[in-house]
Amino acid sequence: MGMTMTQKILAAHAGLDKVEAGQLISADLDIVLGNDITTPVAVNEFNKAGFNSVFDKDRVAIVLDHFVPNKDIKAAEQSKTCREFACSHCVSHFYDVGKMGIEHALLPEQGVVTAGDCIIGADSHTCTYGALGAFSTGVGSTDMAAGMATGKAWFKVPSAIKFNITGKLPKNCSGKDVILTIIGMIGVDGALYKSMEFTGDGVKNLSMDDRLCICNMAIEAGAKNGIFPVDEITKEYLSGRSEREPKFFEADADAEYEKTIDINLSEIVPVVACPHLPENTRPASELSDIKVDQVVIGSCTNGRLEDMEAAYNILNGKKVADGIRCIIIPGTMQILRECVERGWYIAFIDAGAVVSTPTCGPCLGGYMGILASGERCIATTNRNFVGRMGHVDSEVYLASPHTAAATALTGYITECKEV
Amino acid sequence: MNTEGKVFKYPDNVDTDVIIPARYLNTPDANELALHCMEDIDKDFVKNVSEGDVMVAGWNFGCGSSREHAPLVIKTCKTGCVIAKSFARIFYRNAINIGLPILECEEAAEEINAGDKVNVDFDTGIIKNLTTGKEYKAQPFPPFIQNIIKCGGLLKSLKEGENNG
Repeated sequence: MGMTMTQKILAAHAGLDKVEAGQLISADLDIVLGNDITTPVAVNEFNKAGFNSVFDKDRVAIVLDHFVPNKDIKAAEQSKTCREFACSHCVSHFYDVGKMGIEHALLPEQGVVTAGDCIIGADSHTCTYGALGAFSTGVGSTDMAAGMATGKAWFKVPSAIKFNITGKLPKNCSGKDVILTIIGMIGVDGALYKSMEFTGDGVKNLSMDDRLCICNMAIEAGAKNGIFPVDEITKEYLSGRSEREPKFFEADADAEYEKTIDINLSEIVPVVACPHLPENTRPASELSDIKVDQVVIGSCTNGRLEDMEAAYNILNGKKVADGIRCIIIPGTMQILRECVERGWYIAFIDAGAVVSTPTCGPCLGGYMGILASGERCIATTNRNFVGRMGHVDSEVYLASPHTAAATALTGYITECKEV
Repeated sequence: MNTEGKVFKYPDNVDTDVIIPARYLNTPDANELALHCMEDIDKDFVKNVSEGDVMVAGWNFGCGSSREHAPLVIKTCKTGCVIAKSFARIFYRNAINIGLPILECEEAAEEINAGDKVNVDFDTGIIKNLTTGKEYKAQPFPPFIQNIIKCGGLLKSLKEGENNG
């Protein structure tokens, strides 16, 4: 029996010809990542355990993105801990204010992560980089500390669910509608401990931004990782960007999957995940009586250039409805700069939205858009758990940038009809 | 090793945002964070928990964010262990890595009620409900993971490995 794409990458990093589901392995890591919330805990563990140096200063990435520019004194102290650690260990991929972006938008953009990599990150959405044909998974701070010290991590080789993708998305849909639809089908633990391997004829019709968004939310189905095959779109994206030579892996023809789920992109409709779980998906068209107070367009899920473009196409020349706060957060400084250069930034302001520098801020209820009790937000973020964006009695509806921007114009959940 | 205490019962899909809300994550100090453990779904948990008490929950406990602060606050509250029908994978890893005992046992998680008194033996995986008299057996950990737990966490096990050559 052959190996899945994930299993092949893991075998190569464990120095083995073959691995099988359930096997425990120790794998070499290409990148170890942390952010301003998880790194301080890792630094503490790293120091407490008596490690003196990181395994490779070019293979550790520390991105300050959750609470920066620092939201308060305590957050400033956490950033300081990260900064001092990065400085004392000469960490080359340290991203501070002015250079930073939301980690999972930033690292692919900057070519820090590439195809064939084995990556761990102390952030659950580290699974994003599977879009590039890498094995990438979220871990905790202790795993980050061990990874920084040794360049290795232990894994249980996952089994996989295959998603056979066909067709082409309607114009008012994006990768977000695809992954929300899948989570709605299989549930928030539908892929627990497993890989989600996306394949099929329809993959070529998904842009890199769509793929990054789809893999980003694999964790919301409980998955260990999500992964796309490498094709021309991947190669074009990586070209001139990857700082290391990409390595291309593909699943064996006789690879074993626990099951195969067919997804026809042509049949996808704009969907919204209702409170308080990402699996509570419903067609946006059925939710037109839901009034919102706030709209957030951004995050590691949907803060990329195509997301900004979708928001621009819908908001340009129009006005955000009275009483609606519309917050737009480009994912990286480069994306922000593009928004300025292309005139989208002005269009957002003229529409009555605010635009922030990159931050995870409101997605996790940190700052920059906290909800009061009883308030409702439609957001392009990734979680709608109880209290996720603020007060325990507030509500988050998850949607695509198209649906969120269309909703900003009406104040009620609105399916985007024209793009 | 074992623990004995009263049960706090929780539903399916308890996420790390309710175990420790992100609004408090501007500090890595476990004692300060622990004051807010479970606050958004059980605001009296911190007040009512005693050393050795046991959390019992449904499927997919600890889903969502990778924050290690979640198992850390549960441990810092002196909770003896968490029993669930299943755990989200990052929480599972983190709990082992920091030395918070967790056990997967569907039947126990289904039948044990809030307030019951239980005794849990981590070495054998035997869960005794002292209130009803019923006994359950949880899945044992694979030896590799047992070694991490025995060493007192991942980093200690790595150090031990180094020392052993």
